[in-house]
Amino acid sequence: MSTDTKPDLNIDRSIGDFRYDVAYEFDAGLGLTARTIDYICDVKKDPDWIRKFRQDALKKFESMPMPTHWASPDLNNIVFENIRYYLSQGTQAKRSWDEVPEDVKRTFERLGIPEQERKFLAGVEAQFDSEAAYSNIKAAVGEQGVIFVGSTEGLHKHPEIFRKWFGKVIPTGDNKFSALNSAVFSGGSFIYIPPGVKVKHPLQAYFRINAENFGQFERTLIIADEGSEVMYMEGCTAPKFETATLHSAVVELVALKGAKIQYITVQNWSPNVFNLVTKRGLAHEDAEIKWIDCNIGSRLTMKYPGVIMKERGARGEVVSIALSGDGQHQDTGAKMIHAADDTTSNIISKSISLGKGRATYRGLVQIGRHLKGCKNNTECDALLINTDSRTDTYPAITVHGKENACQHEASVSKISAEQIFYMQQRGIPKAAAMSLAVNGFVNDLVQQFPMEYSVELKRLIDLEMEGSVG
Amino acid sequence: MSLHIENLHANIGDREILRGLNLEIPKGEVHAIMGKNGSGKSTLAKVMAGHPDYEVTKGTVTLDGLALLDLEEPDERARAGLFVAFQYPMEVPGVSIANFIRAARQAALPEDAELDAVEYYQDLYVKMDALKIPRNFTSRAVNEGFSGGEKKRCEILQLAMLAPKYAVLDETDSGLDIDALKIVSDGVNALRSPDRGFLVITHYQRLLDYIVPDVVHVMVNGQIVLSGDKELALKLEAEGYDWVEKETLATA
Repeated sequence: MSTDTKPDLNIDRSIGDFRYDVAYEFDAGLGLTARTIDYICDVKKDPDWIRKFRQDALKKFESMPMPTHWASPDLNNIVFENIRYYLSQGTQAKRSWDEVPEDVKRTFERLGIPEQERKFLAGVEAQFDSEAAYSNIKAAVGEQGVIFVGSTEGLHKHPEIFRKWFGKVIPTGDNKFSALNSAVFSGGSFIYIPPGVKVKHPLQAYFRINAENFGQFERTLIIADEGSEVMYMEGCTAPKFETATLHSAVVELVALKGAKIQYITVQNWSPNVFNLVTKRGLAHEDAEIKWIDCNIGSRLTMKYPGVIMKERGARGEVVSIALSGDGQHQDTGAKMIHAADDTTSNIISKSISLGKGRATYRGLVQIGRHLKGCKNNTECDALLINTDSRTDTYPAITVHGKENACQHEASVSKISAEQIFYMQQRGIPKAAAMSLAVNGFVNDLVQQFPMEYSVELKRLIDLEMEGSVG
Repeated sequence: MSLHIENLHANIGDREILRGLNLEIPKGEVHAIMGKNGSGKSTLAKVMAGHPDYEVTKGTVTLDGLALLDLEEPDERARAGLFVAFQYPMEVPGVSIANFIRAARQAALPEDAELDAVEYYQDLYVKMDALKIPRNFTSRAVNEGFSGGEKKRCEILQLAMLAPKYAVLDETDSGLDIDALKIVSDGVNALRSPDRGFLVITHYQRLLDYIVPDVVHVMVNGQIVLSGDKELALKLEAEGYDWVEKETLATA
């Protein structure tokens, strides 16, 4: 119990909880109006069609109600007037860490990003508040024709690819927060993988919120051309502020014929962040899109990565782990839209609720009329640690047509007192025993993460467990 | 130096199960407790280990001079040198045997010390080989899907790896065929040492043919009512427990 807490872990817990003062060159100020949008467009030198896209999105955002008829009423606590929608030191990402301003660079150094880049990444983008401070890919990867830049640069330098897919997988009005993102988006990655190119090492983006009363609205678009393969990983942190912070991203993936995209998220937001993210992929013939999503931290996360299997043989997969600590609500799940014959989807979701934490799973599986040979498998398992922890499951499965197969399994379990006693009898302190049991629960999913991330994930789970045993 | 139990009383709910139990196991000796089902044998093991369902109402347990019951958490008692091999070991899904024992070993080290992984695995493999546990067991989840014999061997492996001062074996023979019984007994016998005491709880005499005890105790209604040497176990096997109960009733 409390006597067994390890002080070294307590220091480690604050890994993302620090903040250096930074001088911002551009600040859109508090609140969101048409003038805010103009300010952002002017700073970013957006083309006219984007300015119009943003202004239309703002109107959409304003016209849409908060989805509290099904989602958490906590959404009503977001005060949109008290948020700054754009903050940056400039719009040009640096290609070398030496050029990144010192005050920003030390943040990423403390988070270990340049070191990871040297060790195992094919490319890195590091976003600080609204804009990427650094963006670079290894020369060998660039020579294969791989494009990995920020969304603004993608829009300016590769308009022919960008415009073709931008906003096509997730329309502005998909939900209130995709509309908000469409109005004020900044940062995020634009990635294009040419036909047949298989990027060996992962590309990584790191999203860092540094400012208080701020909203981060990155926009990521990844296009994997025919037969190509790419793995993209993102990490997110923010310091703990007194006030609520908003993170609302839109991520669109396009896998053309036979392409494979793996998108891995390990987020560790501080517990004041509203994390409201829309993620969806469009899989063409025999293409495969896999979301591996790990949600730790935040005050409220709402995120349901989806795959639209548009053509025959497409595959979609969502593997997710959610850990809800005291006062946190992880409202996560998956959407699988089968829109062609012989498409396959797989959803594996594991959630852990600690203390008064709440985990919600929402799943949507649709198999259209006249389709055949479609398969879905859904497994969702919840683990409750304390008696006041909570978990809910809302699966929605719609299967039309006769020659399709759907399978849904759900379980809720508790770590038993007998299990903990057994582990303690071996000399393992209670908190560590809980950690072991939780790590065991998610172990089969953690195996799917790249090594560096699975180690990080295990560490994050240990940290969350530390404070939960009493 | 001994594991010394004095006048131990313990309840589960309102029911008293241990009713003034006295027992001393000097270091280096192997003691056996025999008794009918429901006499309180397994309760004794759990009470000493600190199982949260049981309440000690009276008495002391002293481990080499240390007041064991003053340590509240089961892990503190374990680290003080008490090990219990359970009759029904729990499954720990998703946690491999190697990681589990490693966590236990790590917990026994001082806070800033880091376990030497290479040394650990060498040690683990040697002990697995001795217990004829296949190497691929290291990656299997603790007790998950194990047969009865595999579970018991895994308990003895943990005993060997954690090297406690005193080990309680609770019905370690139950569910074992004769081959498994031999392997497990050989494992335990190899761990007998002047620095370690054993308490072997069993229902049947059979185990004591393989793990030969220095002293045999008979437990009736939460008390040790009779102690003797190995011959006592044989007599119990031949004649049952009724005569013990009659005798103790007569002297009571």
